[in-house]
Order: sequence, then structure tokens, then C-alpha cells
Amino acid sequence: MRDVDFVVSPDGETSEATRPVVALCTCGATGRPPWCDATHKLLGD
Amino acid sequence: MQTWYPSSRCPNVARPTSMRDRGADGYVPAMKLPDARGPLGAAVLDHLRGHRSLAEAGVRLQEAGAGDRALTLWTLHELYFRGFDDVDADMEWDPTVVGLRNELESDLESDLRRAFEAWDGPMDLPGMIAAFEDRPGLSTFIRTSATAAQVREILAEKSVFHLKEADPHAFVQPRLDVAPKAALATIQFDELGAGRPDRLHAKLFADTLDAAGLDPTYGAYVARVATSTLTVSNVLTMFCLRRRLRFAAAGHLAAFEATSSLPCAAIVRGLRRLGFDERVVTYYDEHVEADAVHEALAWEELCVPMIDGDADREREVLFGAFACMEVEARNAADLLERWT
Repeated sequence: MRDVDFVVSPDGETSEATRPVVALCTCGATGRPPWCDATHKLLGD
Repeated sequence: MQTWYPSSRCPNVARPTSMRDRGADGYVPAMKLPDARGPLGAAVLDHLRGHRSLAEAGVRLQEAGAGDRALTLWTLHELYFRGFDDVDADMEWDPTVVGLRNELESDLESDLRRAFEAWDGPMDLPGMIAAFEDRPGLSTFIRTSATAAQVREILAEKSVFHLKEADPHAFVQPRLDVAPKAALATIQFDELGAGRPDRLHAKLFADTLDAAGLDPTYGAYVARVATSTLTVSNVLTMFCLRRRLRFAAAGHLAAFEATSSLPCAAIVRGLRRLGFDERVVTYYDEHVEADAVHEALAWEELCVPMIDGDADREREVLFGAFACMEVEARNAADLLERWT
């Protein structure tokens, strides 16, 4: 995602985006929510 | 025999006295020429210093050893980056330098093309990456069993290319069409700190070296690293400096970014296991998130539009991806052999 300033989680927690393009976790397994850390690759199919 | 281009200098240009006969001119910290590893390198150092031309030295390229050739190519490549304190800046375009570079790069590219022709694994990027995961890597070693001294040795080896991280790709930028050009610029902006000098990835790696008690000076370890480490750097620089190889450069970047996040996370765990300062960890910690983003950009927004449905271009992109992972795997096996 581009042009993101901050991300607000469903329970109201705010994370500031510090890079020009960010990747959000969509699998729920990341160790650094809300950002993707590639953990999805370890989950299998 | 008279040649059309007898001089390494731009012949009739009067240069300001302060910049005459200077190599790197003090603007950015450059390095001294690394000591040669054999007769080819020794003759090239003489040539670069203006003591004796390579033609007069009469060395035979085919007799030079692998380490001699790899360090010589690394040295010739460096003339296009920061140069050397003790080499005239115009050596960058010296016809002998360009000619020797052509020879050494031809051999390097041919070796990789032969290995790629012999590859009987998957011919798609995710499949290729999965196939290479069977080869032993340094990140697992760092996470589970490396000692602090071994990690420092690995950091010193990696400094050869991490201290110029993102610099080679700057040469690819003007050779791309609109959409891939924007994608590469997005990755590069992030690599170069997104406007914050202290977040420039090469700077983060210099901080890592410093905090680990190593020398953060550009080029400090070049003269002593493994031949396979120099080759990792030489392949990337060759892909990025030669316009013909721009598809391979894009594939190389896609493979590099797609094989970075999880290994960097493993390295972070290893560094913390060994009690390294958090300043050592920062570089790898940054790459867990950054490269998860770059991975998607490099394939979907850089490689896919460059390929644009053309099978030959796709094969060339995959050649670059293969070359990236092949030389990394050879380097890892080479270094692991020291300790396991």
C-alpha cells in the first residue's frame, strides 16, 4: 500500500508507517503486526 | 602498433590543479587499491597506478587463478563507484580497463549460463526459490550454532557488498521503461533511507560493523575475503553495469528480496542469542519488513512489466534470479566449510 501515514487496528491501536510503501499482514501470523514479515511463507498451503 | 585510443585520459582537458592526478579527490571516503592475489592483479595494479601498462606486463589472462581474477574484476568494477585514492579518476574509461573487464565478465557470465543451462529444477521464481532452500544457508547457521567470532567473520565478508548496497542498481534505472522504472525507484528510495541519511541501508550496515567491533571503512575487508564472496558482488555489478543484462539484474533483485525477510529474521534471533548490541541487530531487523515490501514490488511491479508476456525476457529474468541464488549458495557452502 502506498501513501499510508498510519494504520489503526480493530481494537484502536495505531501504528505509524515509516516507509513509502508498506505491506500489511493478511494471514494473521506476522510477528510484527500490522506489517508483513513474510511469516506466511512458513504456513504451507 | 598505433591504436585509436592510446590514452587513458580525456586527452585535452585541463583539470583544476587541486583535482589533477587525484583518484577519488577526497569527496567521498574511498579506499586504497587492495593488494593483488596473483600476477594478473599485480599487473593491473601497476597499470592503474600508471607505473607500467598491462600490455607491457605481458600477463596471460587464462593462467590467472580464480581468486586473482575475482579480485581483479572487483577492483575494475570499483572504478565505476567510488574509485581509489591512488588511481587517476579517468582510469574508469581507460580502454585497457574496459577490455579486461569485458574478458573477465565474459568468463563469469559464461560460467553462470552453463550452470543455468544445466538447471533441471522449476522454471518459475517461487519454485526456483523453494528448490534452493535445500542448499545450506548462513542464516540458519547464525540462528542456531555460530559463535560470535564466526558471526564477525561473516559480517566482514558481507561488508564487500552491503557497504555499497543499492548502489549497483542505480545504473539500471535509466535503462527501464516507465512502470518498471517507477517500481525500481520506489525500492531504491527505501534502500537509500527514504530521505533519512541515518536509515540508508549501507549506513546501517556500517553501524552494524562498528557496533560489532569491526572496521566500518568502505572496502576495509575486500583484500582478505573469500573468492566466492567477491563473486557475489561481481555478478550483481556486472548485471547492473551492462545494459544487455538489465533483465537479469531485475530477476536478481527479485530473487534477492524474496529470499531476505525470513533469513534476516533468523539472523536477528542469532545475533540476540549471542548477546550482540542492538545496533548490530538494526540492519537485519530493518530488512525483515523492508524486504517483505520489496519482494512484492520487485516481482510484480518491476519484473512482470519488463517481461510483458515475452518468453525470452522471462527466461533472462529467471537467469538473473538463478545466478543470484547460485552464487549466494556457493558462497554460503564455501564459508560454512570453514566451520562445520
